Amino acid sequence: MIHQYKLNGYNIVIDVFSGSVHSVDDLAYDIISLYENTPKEQIKAKMLEKYKDDKTITSQEIDDVFSDIEELRKNKQLFTSDTFEGKAFDFKNRNTVIKALCLHVAHTCNLNCEYCFASQGKYHGERAIMSFEVGKRAIDFLIEHSGTRHNLEVDFFGGEPLLNFDVVKKIVAYARSIEKEKGKNFRFTLTTNGISINDDVIDFANKEMHNVVLSLDGRKEIHDNLRKTISGKGSYDIIVPKFLDFVKKRGNKNYYVRGTFTHNNTDFTKDIFHMADLGFSELSMEPVVCSPKDPYALTEEDLPILYEQYEILAKEMLKREKEGRPFTFYHYMLDLKNGPCIYKRISGCGSGTEYMAVTPWGELFPCHQFVGDSKYSLGNIYDGITNLDMVNKFKNCNAYARKDCASCWAKLYCSGGCAANAYHSTGDIAGVYDYGCKLFKKRIECAIMMQVAKENKK
Amino acid sequence: MKRIQTLKLVDQQTCGVA
Repeated sequence: MIHQYKLNGYNIVIDVFSGSVHSVDDLAYDIISLYENTPKEQIKAKMLEKYKDDKTITSQEIDDVFSDIEELRKNKQLFTSDTFEGKAFDFKNRNTVIKALCLHVAHTCNLNCEYCFASQGKYHGERAIMSFEVGKRAIDFLIEHSGTRHNLEVDFFGGEPLLNFDVVKKIVAYARSIEKEKGKNFRFTLTTNGISINDDVIDFANKEMHNVVLSLDGRKEIHDNLRKTISGKGSYDIIVPKFLDFVKKRGNKNYYVRGTFTHNNTDFTKDIFHMADLGFSELSMEPVVCSPKDPYALTEEDLPILYEQYEILAKEMLKREKEGRPFTFYHYMLDLKNGPCIYKRISGCGSGTEYMAVTPWGELFPCHQFVGDSKYSLGNIYDGITNLDMVNKFKNCNAYARKDCASCWAKLYCSGGCAANAYHSTGDIAGVYDYGCKLFKKRIECAIMMQVAKENKK
Repeated sequence: MKRIQTLKLVDQQTCGVA
């Protein structure tokens, strides 16, 4: 299977099952599009007719392109067949270890964001705070279920995790005290709305956190429209100075300033550029996922606008890189030469199998987006995983489990998509969230175009 | 100039997985 498209002056051919990316000229682009279903003599006649005004395109030139295509096919870089689906690769019976936990240290929040999937941090339940005892047991549970894996990840999440900062510090200290003895290396992440950031938080996070995720939606009027304090005021002026101080003191350590865009700002590139102009260079901006009835929900009519926005973003990033003021966009980080192994590309994020969320009281869920939905409870950190049927469902949740993905060129980039989004939009974790799927494909096209553009400048 | 320039899976952390 191949996928061809034209973007920003480049003709791009993606060979789906080898992962190869080819940048081609107009003649090769046209020939490749006909190659599998049209006799060569017919292709040649069509090309000579189409390019009759171009003296460089001769019968010999066309034969040379045929030869190049055959060479690529022989090298398994073009028209490669799907060698993965047919192999006896039984996902349900594969052995998995848990490599990451999302610790919900606080089911409460000091903001009242309108679009919050976690119902203002409470996850459709009562306010709750994780005790150190639960956090300590969660660390032990992760070590016990991680097999021989060395790197383990723990994300401090909420609600707002800084509302339980003392427990966060104690959990980190406990994990650090035993990691060498257990042969593990913990990587901690903190996701925060920024309200409670102070010097103590910054010093601690810059010492202990492998990554921090800072929530900012972009321009002040956009951010303040949906991310409000409990008293209903905007939070932009409170958090931006704190984020700038945080990032400045963070040096070269990882961080992301992460926003959400909605129907209110389909011109979301202006928000990304605003964040870049503030001085943040590691950026992420996600489309809101919510009920179609919500006033800020993205609509079908928004799609062409969003497609154009992603193109504007890619072109601006190339321009700024050339000018020596680059920034990264999470979804455009693509490594064509050393990207993820095929296992990772098929199996996806690992929710429900390799990655789980822990509630303040120690209950396990497939990921943070399933917390509060009792039928997705997997067990708890004391008794272990008891809902094996559900774990098996998630094991089977991959790029080859979804019929809708069978003919999709992007499935080895998205791994079949997000189980939570599929569930919330179709009622089935093995379904397909069609809207997100369309945006994902556009982002990958833009990301690959950027790689082609950079290669062409060498 | 080459008409086809190539920039293999078949030989083979937990927001965008790939």
